[in-house]
Amino acid sequence: MLELDQLVMDFGGFKAVNGCTFRVEANSITGLIGPNGAGKTTLFNLIAGALHPTSGAIRFQGEDVTSLASHQLFHKGLVRTFQIPHEFHKLTALENLMMVPPSQPGESLFANWVAWGRVKTSENDVERKAYETLDFLELSHVAHERAGNLSGGQKKLLELGRTMMTDAKLVLLDEPAAGVNRTLLRKLETKIDILNKERGYTFVLIEHDMEMIEKLCDPVVCMAEGRVLIEGDFQTVRSDPQVLEAYLGETTGDAA
Amino acid sequence: MEFLGLVNYALFMGIFICIYALLALGLNIQWGFAGLFNAGIAGFFAVGAYTSAIVSTPPADGRLGGFDLHFVFGWIAAMLAAALVAWPIGKICLRFRSDYLAIASIGIAEIIRLVIKSEPVLTNGARGISSIPRPAGDLAYMESQIAYLIIVLAVLIAAYVLVERQFNAPWGRMMRAIRDNEDAAKAMGKDVEFRRLEAFIFGAALMGLGGALFAHFNRSITPEAIDPMVATFLIWIMLILGGSGNNRGAILGAAVVWIIWSVSEIATDRLPHEYAVQAKYIRLFLIGLMLQLVLRFRPEGLLPEPLRGDQRATKSGADPR
Repeated sequence: MLELDQLVMDFGGFKAVNGCTFRVEANSITGLIGPNGAGKTTLFNLIAGALHPTSGAIRFQGEDVTSLASHQLFHKGLVRTFQIPHEFHKLTALENLMMVPPSQPGESLFANWVAWGRVKTSENDVERKAYETLDFLELSHVAHERAGNLSGGQKKLLELGRTMMTDAKLVLLDEPAAGVNRTLLRKLETKIDILNKERGYTFVLIEHDMEMIEKLCDPVVCMAEGRVLIEGDFQTVRSDPQVLEAYLGETTGDAA
Repeated sequence: MEFLGLVNYALFMGIFICIYALLALGLNIQWGFAGLFNAGIAGFFAVGAYTSAIVSTPPADGRLGGFDLHFVFGWIAAMLAAALVAWPIGKICLRFRSDYLAIASIGIAEIIRLVIKSEPVLTNGARGISSIPRPAGDLAYMESQIAYLIIVLAVLIAAYVLVERQFNAPWGRMMRAIRDNEDAAKAMGKDVEFRRLEAFIFGAALMGLGGALFAHFNRSITPEAIDPMVATFLIWIMLILGGSGNNRGAILGAAVVWIIWSVSEIATDRLPHEYAVQAKYIRLFLIGLMLQLVLRFRPEGLLPEPLRGDQRATKSGADPR
């Protein structure tokens, strides 16, 4: 599904990602863990096309996508969320979801003047889907609130909701659990699992909540200092001495 | 006599408000919805005014045209020309961050003004183009003013309806999303660069139309009429005071600011001559002061950006942050 080959991202001498290589298998949920500053989010930015690597290659479904821009990758089925919520703050929560589906007829200036009927039909479908998504995320009561007024956790959910508004193949979730309350978190895990099994989404998720990682992710990839330290199932990674060292900066102790 | 004078003044003011409201609507597309800081409105205004003048005036010696076509063709040509000029400018400048776009667009508007001033073959140079036909211009003075007001009002209403339709449609939603968060819009598959260009061109076309309406009303256009003070900065104040992101706000702002602007002219003209000249600058100062006060105490404008889309069970429309 996704192959990263010797990726390097050099920010003027500081290599945030330094020779990162791994594969993501189709229909898997890959967990990406590692201490702060390990380069996880930078890696996401590279995969999603928000940044372009200094060297190395990215292949998505067998195709070289290293130089594609993020909006082009979206149309290929690669959707991401952001660590710090990137909501459209003056749009309502509902509109935040409704803007997502690609190639809506109403995105053409001319269609809005000459083919209003077609635009309306598509709008009704999109709106229904958006309400369903809000319902699932328990955000229906704020559907008409400006997204900028929502709480941090609600914004996170809205971000996840956006990935559900399109037919994604690979979804990159950057700390989906941060700021979300426990009950909702369990529900989030269920939804990710359902999306994975029923809609065939492949997930890569960055997360510090080890409970979530343990429950959902196989394999788990641990990064440190811009490269992959180890990958394997949760238990292997968890008990690896290198991982403990990376998290704690020493060889003894109990991480995770 | 006094009463007729007042009516005439009101008509005159109404026509100008409609023309400036059209420019403010154009700017609202660019700034209010796409977040593009265009400080070169005067440039597109000039392109529209001159294009329509060239297309609709009778043939003249020593300059391009005229082509003696019906004014409607002139107005359409004005929109097309402004859009055509906006295309390469947008292509190059929209990559800049907003403040750099502002600087670049001021410069470009100034280049356009200088080209107009110094290209006699194209624009008859500093003398400008006169005898531009005015729609319903054959009627008696007062009737003609009324007829022109009706025409510009019809154009403004048509433009308002067309723009408002876009803003409530997915296109407008997408533009507002791009304005609110460019990175997220990109990640959601929107081609930000292309969409911005679209909004820039759309807005510029309306500005060109505004220029054409202005030229046909005055029956002539000269480089002096392309005053960035009025044709750029006054429009900005209109939009910000009225409420950017709100089409009705843009029109209201145009009315309020133009009334203050032109009534203050009457006031300063009554001063003794030696003060009148200086008072002219006081007007500029007052307009600047007004902008500062609006930004300080009511940054969202008289009519803030409304919640759009489906508003069943709308809760508070409070502005975030």
